[in-house]
Amino acid sequence: MDYFKQDLSSLHDSLVNKEMSSEELTKATFAEIKARDLKISAFLAMNEEMAINQAKAVDATGIDANNVLAGIPIAVKDNIVTKDLTTTAASKMLENFNPIYDATVIEKMRQAQMVTIGKTNMDEFAMGGSTETSAFKTTKNPWDTTKVPGGSSGGSAAAVAAGEVVAALGSDTGGSIRQPASFNGVVGTKPTYGRVSRYGLIAFASSLDQIGPFTRGVKDNAAVLNAISGNDSHDSTSSAQAVPDFTAGLTGDIKGMKIALPKEYLGEGVDADVKEAIQKAVKTFEELGATVDEVSLPNSKYGVPVYYILASSEASSNLQRFDGIRYGFRAQDVKSLEDVYVRSRSEGFGDEVKRRIMLGTFSLSAGTYDVFFKKAAQVRTLICNDFRNVFNDYDLIIGPTAPNTAFNIGDKIEDPITMYMNDILTIPVNLAGLPGMSVPAGFSKGLPVGLQLIAKSFDEATMYRAGYAFEQATDFHKEVPTLGGQN
Amino acid sequence: MSISKEEVKHVSELAKLELSDTELDVFTSQLDDIIGMAEQLSEVDTTDVPVTTHITDVMNVMREDVAEKGMDRDLLFKNAPDSENGLIKVPAIIDESEEA
Repeated sequence: MDYFKQDLSSLHDSLVNKEMSSEELTKATFAEIKARDLKISAFLAMNEEMAINQAKAVDATGIDANNVLAGIPIAVKDNIVTKDLTTTAASKMLENFNPIYDATVIEKMRQAQMVTIGKTNMDEFAMGGSTETSAFKTTKNPWDTTKVPGGSSGGSAAAVAAGEVVAALGSDTGGSIRQPASFNGVVGTKPTYGRVSRYGLIAFASSLDQIGPFTRGVKDNAAVLNAISGNDSHDSTSSAQAVPDFTAGLTGDIKGMKIALPKEYLGEGVDADVKEAIQKAVKTFEELGATVDEVSLPNSKYGVPVYYILASSEASSNLQRFDGIRYGFRAQDVKSLEDVYVRSRSEGFGDEVKRRIMLGTFSLSAGTYDVFFKKAAQVRTLICNDFRNVFNDYDLIIGPTAPNTAFNIGDKIEDPITMYMNDILTIPVNLAGLPGMSVPAGFSKGLPVGLQLIAKSFDEATMYRAGYAFEQATDFHKEVPTLGGQN
Repeated sequence: MSISKEEVKHVSELAKLELSDTELDVFTSQLDDIIGMAEQLSEVDTTDVPVTTHITDVMNVMREDVAEKGMDRDLLFKNAPDSENGLIKVPAIIDESEEA
């Protein structure tokens, strides 16, 4: 199956017209993954037997002609629990963890008759921006295999970019869907906080985490978000807001849309080529009949320290549960209960996870709480207010997704701050709980550049409408990598 | 503000992590850099600014107070590293050698 030549609707037509069955599609997908993933290493686990059985069951029921997702294989980031399919969060801590229930998004995809094909590589516990902190393997960028795929959802983004699957799920705490989407030239969406249930998502920072889809096109992306959205009694932070059909407004018409371009998003630290691509995107939006005005998000520059304090604090609390007792890794030859805790955690967690647990523990400690945690939580309020002010007058905010394109494997992994600064344009969106997406907007030296679209809370529809219009007016999404080669 | 090696060691103990001397050196220097970066927040005036610790519009979510069936116990034990007779096994909690 060459997914470079397919999208959801072409696959759906073939399934409805019985040119192929879901079983055949699923088998062809495994064959393609096996061939292409030798170079990319996007996958941690395949779900071959269960997926084929699931596809056969879909075939037996018959493909619903009104459901574009029926019978379609999808890849899932390995921090989303899948019943009877090992879920590791790319950590030695969970190397043999076999979940006894499905995450709500998995259950919803099953209801939509989608087939879970396998689990994708990621930064350990979603902490990282390059997928290099995975305990198991290094995923390569399909556009240039000497480059990182971004992270933390690097495996899901690379799998879609390499044409191994038509869609994949990721999670985004500070940019972990949008930044890899940008680095891989695909579409990646972080929905509004509360739009998608987090039940069964291995928690990193609970006030920031959201699950969202990767696809090559905007319309396919909207179709997958349709399927996974909605209130869930298992996640009391999931919203009861109505879920509109995100594919409904994709007409290409955005005349009169009021778009804001924050001047901070084209400031210092953003590569010249990236700026140029975004400035061209501004022109495209103007040609489409939208207005684009410069605005200011004055506190966005504090996003990185605010995020690292708050996310690490939440992580230090969430990751207490990994104690070597009930599940997960337990160190050998332990003599006392204290030893079980300390040695299991010390041997089970990688360096980035330890660093963040310690930063969080420090930020929450007596004596530092006011200076760090409380201060960061106050500045978070100011960041939220900045967005609110802009959205009083505008429908959408645009800017680059990342300040640069994919960097070399090994370049930033020893220097946490340089790695953290890569998230400067995505983090404020998580802090404010807003929906954001990255769409292909050009190339710099053969590597994809992403355009970020940010909308009001629960207004993904406007974001998709603008993303679709931009995509239809440009050809960037039609480019595909020559696998393994330098583009 | 900076963080000393002793403070990092203390924090690692709170977090139930054991660091080698080399790790302690590396983490101290990296955490010191990160804390240095966080210092820039002190330039922001946050007088009377409330904290934001969550961004959901949802308030207390209640359900009827009726018992629901929990997960099957055998299933819950599936991932336990060590168990016996329906109990999770751990090393001795009380060190008998320390008894007076």
